Amino acid sequence: MPILEAKNLCVERAGTTLLDVPHLKVDEGEVLALIGPNGAGKSTLLVTLCHLFKYFSGAIVFKGKPVGDELPVGQYRKRISMVFQEPLLFNATVFENVAAGLRFRKLESQEIKRSVKENLERFGIGHLGDRSARTLSGGEAQRTSLARAFAVKPDMLFLDEPFSALDPPTRESLIEDLERILEDSGTTTIFATHDRIEALRLSDRVAVMNRGRILQIGTPDDVMNHPADEFVASFVGVETILKGKVTGKKMGIVMVSVSGQEVAVIGDYDIGGSLILCIRPENVTLSINPSETASARNTFRGTIERIVPMGLFHKVELDCGFPLVAYITQDAVDALSLCEGSDVAASLKATAIHVVRK
Amino acid sequence: MDLILEGIKKAFLLLVTLDREVLDITLLSLKVSGLATLISVFIGVSIGTVIALNEFPGKRAVVSLVNTGMGLPPVVVGLFVTIFLWRNGPFGFLGILYTPLAIIIAQSIIATPIVMGITVAAMQQLPRKLRLQILALGATRLQMVWMLIKEARLSLLAAIMAGFGGVISEIGASIMVGGNIKGYSRVLTTATVMETSRGNFDVAIALSIILLLLAYFINLILTHIQQRERKQ
Repeated sequence: MPILEAKNLCVERAGTTLLDVPHLKVDEGEVLALIGPNGAGKSTLLVTLCHLFKYFSGAIVFKGKPVGDELPVGQYRKRISMVFQEPLLFNATVFENVAAGLRFRKLESQEIKRSVKENLERFGIGHLGDRSARTLSGGEAQRTSLARAFAVKPDMLFLDEPFSALDPPTRESLIEDLERILEDSGTTTIFATHDRIEALRLSDRVAVMNRGRILQIGTPDDVMNHPADEFVASFVGVETILKGKVTGKKMGIVMVSVSGQEVAVIGDYDIGGSLILCIRPENVTLSINPSETASARNTFRGTIERIVPMGLFHKVELDCGFPLVAYITQDAVDALSLCEGSDVAASLKATAIHVVRK
Repeated sequence: MDLILEGIKKAFLLLVTLDREVLDITLLSLKVSGLATLISVFIGVSIGTVIALNEFPGKRAVVSLVNTGMGLPPVVVGLFVTIFLWRNGPFGFLGILYTPLAIIIAQSIIATPIVMGITVAAMQQLPRKLRLQILALGATRLQMVWMLIKEARLSLLAAIMAGFGGVISEIGASIMVGGNIKGYSRVLTTATVMETSRGNFDVAIALSIILLLLAYFINLILTHIQQRERKQ
């Protein structure tokens, strides 16, 4: 049974449809990323799913119980938590901020103390408890906001672009921590982002949104490699996204097994760890005889599935045991006399592969 | 010049000897204006919060009305309270005209729009998403409103100061509905007016100094709380 199910969600304001989601299902323990440009309806969907928006039609079913019917809205909100893009902290100490949700639930003060302490430690801000929330840096404030959301032990967590206001290093360390915490706690999470890499790292499934609609929903590699339409393709980018496991490493080169094939990448990753590899099509070169491109670290044999003319270059979709996309010029197509169904060797440098830890 | 020096000397004497009548007048002023401020805070903050947090047709007109009320002339309030409490008036049967209670009522009417106006502004200044955040943390509606009031507390302290400052220095309503009865409904401002018109500048100056000091100390305390909060 899904933990959350939404049916026929619709939000209309002044004649425009802000949200139109006929069906959305989230499984227990799953992390779902909503990606899309600004104004795509990601925030509206989150706020609506939290039942914080008065003006919507449709049904939200939480653990089999319709919210606002069998499950009163107030009780539903006590079992979920939401974090916004802005930390929205109260003008009080960090401790009091994290305690807020627990105080609303009228918990014992001992229990509150214990839980706040635990969650401050969890987000690496144990030393900030007595500080006024007003004096925090952006990263510390967002950590406090996340600790506040986690303190109430929510069955479900809604995150609305929680990292987008942070500078890159701060953001990176917070994403790493959140990744670990989500994994440890197994909290079902829906989070909105406009960053594909964030979505790749944190989520089990990705939903691409635009103009209030979900255009495609699926696993990250599914959505990124098989975009359902032009918008999704343009938004998720045209990179090949591959999932793999680290099988070995030597001298800064890490071997990753992808659908039975070995791919060499640069970096330092633990053996057995899961990685996501992003390959930009312009970094893939095609040849008939692989020895011509000996300097490249990776060479795969594959079959051309499709050649799509794209103006100045051709987009070549290959099947190398995994999908791979390459951009090549008209001259190269002619020189190699490529056509759909022919076998080629695809080469790319290990340094050209963008690796995302999963 | 002599007049002023003499006045200050006499005033000082009245102050250090804790003149009974001056003391009584001061205490009554504090009591009346303090109670009126308390009442106005109760009404002003609650209605102000309701206005600020809800969307309804004509909201703008209501807020404009409240803001206009912040400058309500005390004499106008005095006039209407007098009419209402007049022997043949609608509330004449209460028989409270020319009593301290009448002053409290009039001053509450003066201070309420001041407190309400500042409350509306303070609550509207809070980020709109803060409400959603509080609800998303599992708060009931009442808990949310209380949380928002706590968030706006520094501005609300300013509202209290403005309300108290407005009524402690007000004269028109006090004299009209209180009647400036010696030992009964005479407050600092009405006494000052009377002594001045009699040419007793020394007493008038003494009363004025007390009035100024009173306003100063009350605001000093509230400002202290406000600044300490801000520093934290």
